[in-house]
Amino acid sequence: MRALLLIAPLLIFVLVTFVSPIVDMLFRSVENGIVTEILPHSTSALKDWNSERDELPGEAVFRGLYVDMVIAVKRRQHTRVGSRLNYEAAGIASVFRKTGRSLRKVDVDAFVRHFTDLHPDWENRAFWEGVFSDPAAAGVLPNSSRTFDAWSQDFAKPEDPVPEDFVYVALAGELRGLDASDLSGFGQPYAGMLAEAARTIGRLDEISLKQEFLQLDSEWSAATLWKTIKIFSPPLTEAYFLNAVDMKKGIEGVERKSEAERIYLVIFGRTFVMSVTITLACIFLGYPVAYFLARLPLRKANLFLILVLLPFWTSLLVRTSAWKVLLQQEGVINDILVAVGIVDDSARLVMINNQFGTIVAMTHILLPFMILPLFSVMKTIPPDFVRAAKSLGADAFTAFRRVYFPQSLPGIGAGSVLVFILAIGYYITPELVGGIKGTFISNRIAYHISTSLNWGLAAALGTLLLMAVLLLYWVYDRIVGIDNVKLG
Amino acid sequence: MTLAKIGVVTAGALGVSVGAASAIDLTVISWGGAYSQSQINAYHDPYMAENPDVKFIYDESAAEAVAKLRAMNEAKNVTWDLVDAVAADAIRLCDEGLALEVDHDSFLAPAPDGTPASEDFGDLIVSDCFVPQIVYSTTFGYRTDVAEWDGRVPTTVCDVFDLENFPGRRSLEKRPINNVEWALHCDGVPLNEVYDVLSTSEGLDRALAKLDTIKDSVVWWSAGADTPQLLADGEIVIGSTYNGRLFNLIEVTKAPVAMLWDAQAFDLDGWIIPSGLSDERVEAVKAFLTYATDTQRLADQAKWISYGPARMSSAPLVGQHIELGVDMGPHMPTAPANSQNVLIYDYLWWADYRDDVDQKFQAWLAK
Repeated sequence: MRALLLIAPLLIFVLVTFVSPIVDMLFRSVENGIVTEILPHSTSALKDWNSERDELPGEAVFRGLYVDMVIAVKRRQHTRVGSRLNYEAAGIASVFRKTGRSLRKVDVDAFVRHFTDLHPDWENRAFWEGVFSDPAAAGVLPNSSRTFDAWSQDFAKPEDPVPEDFVYVALAGELRGLDASDLSGFGQPYAGMLAEAARTIGRLDEISLKQEFLQLDSEWSAATLWKTIKIFSPPLTEAYFLNAVDMKKGIEGVERKSEAERIYLVIFGRTFVMSVTITLACIFLGYPVAYFLARLPLRKANLFLILVLLPFWTSLLVRTSAWKVLLQQEGVINDILVAVGIVDDSARLVMINNQFGTIVAMTHILLPFMILPLFSVMKTIPPDFVRAAKSLGADAFTAFRRVYFPQSLPGIGAGSVLVFILAIGYYITPELVGGIKGTFISNRIAYHISTSLNWGLAAALGTLLLMAVLLLYWVYDRIVGIDNVKLG
Repeated sequence: MTLAKIGVVTAGALGVSVGAASAIDLTVISWGGAYSQSQINAYHDPYMAENPDVKFIYDESAAEAVAKLRAMNEAKNVTWDLVDAVAADAIRLCDEGLALEVDHDSFLAPAPDGTPASEDFGDLIVSDCFVPQIVYSTTFGYRTDVAEWDGRVPTTVCDVFDLENFPGRRSLEKRPINNVEWALHCDGVPLNEVYDVLSTSEGLDRALAKLDTIKDSVVWWSAGADTPQLLADGEIVIGSTYNGRLFNLIEVTKAPVAMLWDAQAFDLDGWIIPSGLSDERVEAVKAFLTYATDTQRLADQAKWISYGPARMSSAPLVGQHIELGVDMGPHMPTAPANSQNVLIYDYLWWADYRDDVDQKFQAWLAK
């Protein structure tokens, strides 16, 4: 208990600044509450719509849409839901944007008059408040209650005497199909008044909000649009994950994307292959360096270590740009090769803006992460062991292979885990020298975070990347054993 | 920026008075580099000289402004007061309710002849939240010393697609915007019809097929500084970038490079005010915007950078570059000689189709 108290500050710090943002970000990969949150009435009306038949939803849905849209436009949220749905079917964003701009043109006077012609009390805010503070209201007229509350709490000024049009539309929509017995739970005079309004509500059937919306934007007649809204109504969705593996949740169920749109699996594969290559290159280059350093006397070793660390302390951007200068076709290396005559001037080597450039630059940048753990492990291997092996008759190579190398393995393990995990999430170097075939999955994640704002997809890609790393870590633990990893 | 804040906080805590009682710090987000400097020289410094109680804190994260503003909005803690944004981002911020709608005529200064601001800016007010500042363009620069060209000089954007007469590597931006328009245009579609064609399912395929013809010779750039560097090093013979960068390359670095203005892609940059600020801050920002976007100030900015002022009334006032002494008028994207054939970027079309087209473009690139 006391131990727990002692680490509490660190624990809380890590939870607040590290774990919770990650969990929050990961949750975005399945979160889809936005559609029902902004379009509650339309989506609940859509439940009764049969999307199999290619006909448009009924009037109830369009009444719901009107109420949703009015509220969303007031809250400036209509384009948000448009952008969300646009991820699934291009073009929806502008339907919402256009409709929001011209929503004023929709004529709903008939809905208001239907009530106010019955009784002047319907023009009285206090009466409306009475209706919706009745205990029966939330159960019998849930949508209208919500709408009235939204109006009176968020939009109405205290002195506004009459509710706005959309409140009437919401109530009319909900009274359709109800009769006096449904409304008997209300106290008087509300039960009577509501029943009276419900009895004659059929008169409004000839008012077609559908036609009004089609006039605002003919796209509202597209069945795909409605199917998309219906498919993406649930509060949780697997669509982002499907997108992240080049599939989509289409109208006919889950399917692979068309050839021209598949991209993420290729990039995931490329990220892994290149990270493995970089790790191997680091082992290949770093091992001899660490071996050399470990055998030097400490003073000299420290001097050479500075040479390893110096690039490590240099800005990442500077090192990456330096590689550009070296590797480009009019660059230093090509110039030398041409001058020496190894390469013809017309056939200069392409070494940058491709996978080769990325691998070279990243190997250079990540090399210290391999050398340092290797060095610290090798320092602890007593030279006596190799000498003993030799005195027992082993030649130099056998002594190295059977005695020295096995003892340095924990260093390779630690270095590889470090380099691989750093490499797989690398962003800036692939972006700058990767060209088109050398970019990593993190470049796409960055694109979705900061440019397309599709944070759900970015979160799904990030989650998959995290899973893959954890899986590899587990495999590594099973094969090599994580206890064998030593950082020093 | 953080240090400045800490300084202010400490000064406050110690009871040291910082400026007058109504002193206000405004956090202004812009792009950094020569561009921010031109703004500071033309707007911020003179404004601070006239209003000693206002202090600006500069931040260079305009490139991530949309994402950051959205995150700030979700956290309900908006710490920015004024953001420099390209028009497309301003539209998105406005759409998402992250930017404040402004009434342009009520607080922006009219032109010297009395023309109201909304007419002086005209069509450049592409969103209710957007206060235009400059017109810039993405266009091509080419090396003037390419031996293989035998003295031929590119005159149209389609020469970029002509490997026979203009061999050599070229650079294009690593995103579909502008590239697919140019490709379609050079495939025979008039500039004013490209978006209609792109909206059809074959339109994009057609554009990509045209880009396929030069794909092997293209170096794809992602940072604005890439093309100037590649041109200067002779790594490419022709490439697209922002016109201001090319101006620097030609006039300051004196590289053997010339401008190709044909089918330059016009774009706008301007200010937005984040929503969710206190009234007091909004007033302070508006007061600054009134000053910073008046006719003279916009014309002044052109002394430091070759982007065209967004007000019509500023154009005649554009003078010379302050250090180089070069007449800036002919270097403006809006100069009549440069803007004979212009690609007008369709913001709303891209707002709808960007994600879709980008996915296909990236898949095409990866092939």
